[in-house]
Amino acid sequence: MATSSASAPVATLVHGLLRVATCGSVDDGKSTLLGRLLHDTRQIADDQLDHVRDVSERRGTALDLALLTDGLRAEREQGITIDVAYRSFETPRRRFILADCPGHEQYTRNMVTGASTADAAVLLVDARHGVVAQTRRHLAITALLRVPHVLVAVNKMDLVDWDGGRFAEIAGDVRALAETLGVEDVACVPVSALEGDNVVEPSTRTPWYDGPPLVTRLEELPPESDDPDGPLRFPVQLVIRPLGEAGGGRRYAGRVARGTVRPGDAVVALPSGEEAVVAAVETLDGELAHASAPRSVSIVLDRELDISRGDVLCRTGAAPALTRELEATICWMGERHLRPGARLLLKHGTRTTRAIVEDVTERLHLQSLLGAPAPDGLALNDLGRVRVRVAEPLVADPYAESRAAGAFVLIDDATNDTVAAGMITSTTG
Amino acid sequence: MTLAPIDPAAGPAISDLDALEAEGIHILRELAAERERPVLLFSGGKDSIVLLRLAEKAFRPGAFPFPVMHVDTGHNFPEVVAFRDRRVAELGERLIVASVQASIDAGRIADVSGPRSSRNQLQTVTLLDAIAEHRFDACIGGARRDEERARAKERIFSLRDAFGGWDPRAQRPEIWDLYNARVRPGEHVRVFPISNWTELDVWRYVAREGLELPSIYFAHERSVFKRDGMLYADDPVIERLPGEEPFVTSVRYRTVGDMTCTGAVRSEAATLEQVVTEIAATRVTERGETRADDRASEAAMEDRKRDGYF
Ligand SMILES: Nc1nc2c(ncn2[C@@H]2O[C@H](COP(=O)(O)OP(=O)(O)O)[C@@H](O)[C@H]2O)c(=O)[nH]1
Repeated sequence: MATSSASAPVATLVHGLLRVATCGSVDDGKSTLLGRLLHDTRQIADDQLDHVRDVSERRGTALDLALLTDGLRAEREQGITIDVAYRSFETPRRRFILADCPGHEQYTRNMVTGASTADAAVLLVDARHGVVAQTRRHLAITALLRVPHVLVAVNKMDLVDWDGGRFAEIAGDVRALAETLGVEDVACVPVSALEGDNVVEPSTRTPWYDGPPLVTRLEELPPESDDPDGPLRFPVQLVIRPLGEAGGGRRYAGRVARGTVRPGDAVVALPSGEEAVVAAVETLDGELAHASAPRSVSIVLDRELDISRGDVLCRTGAAPALTRELEATICWMGERHLRPGARLLLKHGTRTTRAIVEDVTERLHLQSLLGAPAPDGLALNDLGRVRVRVAEPLVADPYAESRAAGAFVLIDDATNDTVAAGMITSTTG
Repeated sequence: MTLAPIDPAAGPAISDLDALEAEGIHILRELAAERERPVLLFSGGKDSIVLLRLAEKAFRPGAFPFPVMHVDTGHNFPEVVAFRDRRVAELGERLIVASVQASIDAGRIADVSGPRSSRNQLQTVTLLDAIAEHRFDACIGGARRDEERARAKERIFSLRDAFGGWDPRAQRPEIWDLYNARVRPGEHVRVFPISNWTELDVWRYVAREGLELPSIYFAHERSVFKRDGMLYADDPVIERLPGEEPFVTSVRYRTVGDMTCTGAVRSEAATLEQVVTEIAATRVTERGETRADDRASEAAMEDRKRDGYF
C-alpha cells in the first residue's frame, strides 16, 4: 500500500526524480486519473479534499476527484487558459513531476512542451473507444520527442465490464502503432480512474492482467540514463571570475549536457579548437571526481582559454564537426506561417545565433508522421521538416543521439516569442 | 502489495534534491547570462533563503551578478528584518530595501487602516517603482508551482508587461531547458528557479544544507489572537476587533509575509527535524492554513479556482 511521505521526511529520495507527461483526449478521464493518483498516494491536504467534498455534494455527485486537478472541462467553462500544468507528487520510492498536457487537437504545442522534458509519458485511452486519432497523435509526439517510456492507461474498464479481451485488443493496437512510430518501450495498464482500480492499488477485477498498477510501473521504470558514457558535451553558460587573488583562476560554469567530465580529461573548446586539461570539477560543496548530466558544475582548466558563453567543451578526439547547416524536424508554434527564407534566432544549448530557414521540405501527418510537400509552409501546431543555416557554428549532435545536444528552439526577434521546437536530424559543416 | 526492490546499481545518477538543485542553478546562470539587470527578490522566508543558497552554488567564488532586494511593508516581523540584514551582510552582497512606507510618504499610494487592513496589496506599487527606478529587467522569485493552481501553469521564465501584468494567454512555450529570457524595453521577466519544488522539498533542502532560518519558523511563545480560525500576532500593526482577546501560546510560522496577513500555527516543534516531521504529516496546505491573502476571496470554490486557488 502506498503511504504518505511522512515515513521519511528528511531523507532525500535516492530513487530520484521522474518527469512524466500525461495526455488524453477530452473526457477520457485524465482529470479523474490525476485526482485519483494524488488522492491515493495521500498528496491531498484536508482543506483541498473538504472543498472537493463540498462541491461534489452541492452538485449532487459522488466525490469527483477530477475537481482536484482543474480538468479541461473546468478550464473551458471558466475561461482559464488551456495550457500545460506542472504538478508534483511523491511516493516513498520516487519523486514525480507531472506535466499535464491538455490533449485537444489544436494543442500539439502543449504536448510537445510537456513531452520535451519527460522521462515517461502516460497516455489515456477510453476502453470503449480504443485507439483513436488522438491516441495516434499523442503516441506520434512521444516518438518524435523521444520520450523513453510510454504507459498507456486503458481507462473506464468498468464500462466494458472488465473485459480482458477488450483490453488485449487495445493493447495489441497500441503495440502495433508503437512499432510503426518507433516507440521503443510501451506498456498498457487496465484502469478505472473513477473507482481506483490499478492506479495506485491493484485491482481484484483484472485477474487476466499480471502487471502492476500504474504508479508501481512509474516507480519501477529504469532511472533515466543521462548518457554518462556518451561523448562529453559541456556548453559553457558563463565564465566566473573569482573575487580577489585567493579565489584562483576562471571557472567555466555550465550543466553537463552529455557524457561525463573528470579531472585530467583532455578537452577542446569549440568552436575555437583550443585545447586544455580539466584541472578540477567544482561545486560549492567541493570538487567532484566526475560529473554527468544533468549536474550543474564549474570547470577549472589547467590554462586560461578565451572561452565565453555558447562555447562547448568536448573530449579531445571525440568532438563533433562544427554545424553551419542542419536538417531538423520542428513543431511550429508561431501565430504566423513559417515560410522558406524566414529569419529567426536559434537557441541551441547556451548559444543563440541568427538563422535562416532555407527550406520547408515537408509537412508531417500528425498521426503517422509521414511527410508530404509543404507548399504553404507550416502553420501553428504543424510538424514539419526544415533546412536551417546558422550564422555562428554550432556544436550539435543528432537529437536521436542526445536530446540535450540535439534540441533547439527558434525565436522571432520581432516579437521575442518562442516559435518552434526543433530536433536535429542531420548536420553539415 | 509487495514492492520489488530497485536495483541500487542501476540507481539514478543523482537524487531528487540534487536534480532540483541542478535545475535551479542552471536557471539562475541562464538568467544571469541573458539579462543585463536582474535582481533577486528576498522576503526573508524559507523559499528566498533557498534562492540565496542556489545563487551561491551558481556563482561562487564570484560575486552574485545581481543585487538582493526586499520589499519592506513596514509591517514585517522584526526577527525577519534582522535576519535579512545579517544574512545579506554575511554573503557580502548588495541589499536594496524598497519601502512601502516610503511609497506612502511620497504620496504614491494611500495607506490602509482598520482592523482588517493589510499592506500586502500595496507592495506591488513599491515593487514596480523599484523595478523602474533601478531599470531591472528580471526579478528572481521563490514562487513554487505547488503553492496554487495558477502557478502550476506559469512558466519558469515568465514575461511581465510594463504594468507588471502576467497574461496567462500569452505565455511563451517553454521547451526542454532552452529558456527564452528576451524582453522589450519596459518589460521584465520573473524567473522562478524553484518552480518545481514542493514545500517539503524546500524543508528537506534547508535541512540538508544546514540553512539558517528566521526564528519565527520554530515554536516560540507568542501573544496571539484568533480571527477566522487563524492565529495572528498581537502587535500594534494589527487592530483587534471587539472580542479578539490576545493570549500566549506556543506557535510557529509556516510562511513569512506581512504580519497583517500571515497566521501562525500552534506547534511545539522547536527544531528543524521536528518542523519537517510536522510538515510532512500535515494535512492542510501552507496557504490554506496561514495566508489570509488567499483566504479573503474564498467565497466559493469556483471563484477561487478562477483566481487560481489550488
Ligand atoms: N465509469 C467511469 N467513468 C469515468 C472514469 N474515469 C473518468 N470517468 C468519467 O468520465 C468523465 C470525464 O472525466 P474527466 O476526468 O473530466 O476527463 P478529462 O476531460 O479527460 O479530464 C467524467 O464524467 C468522469 O467521471 C472511469 O474510470 N470509469
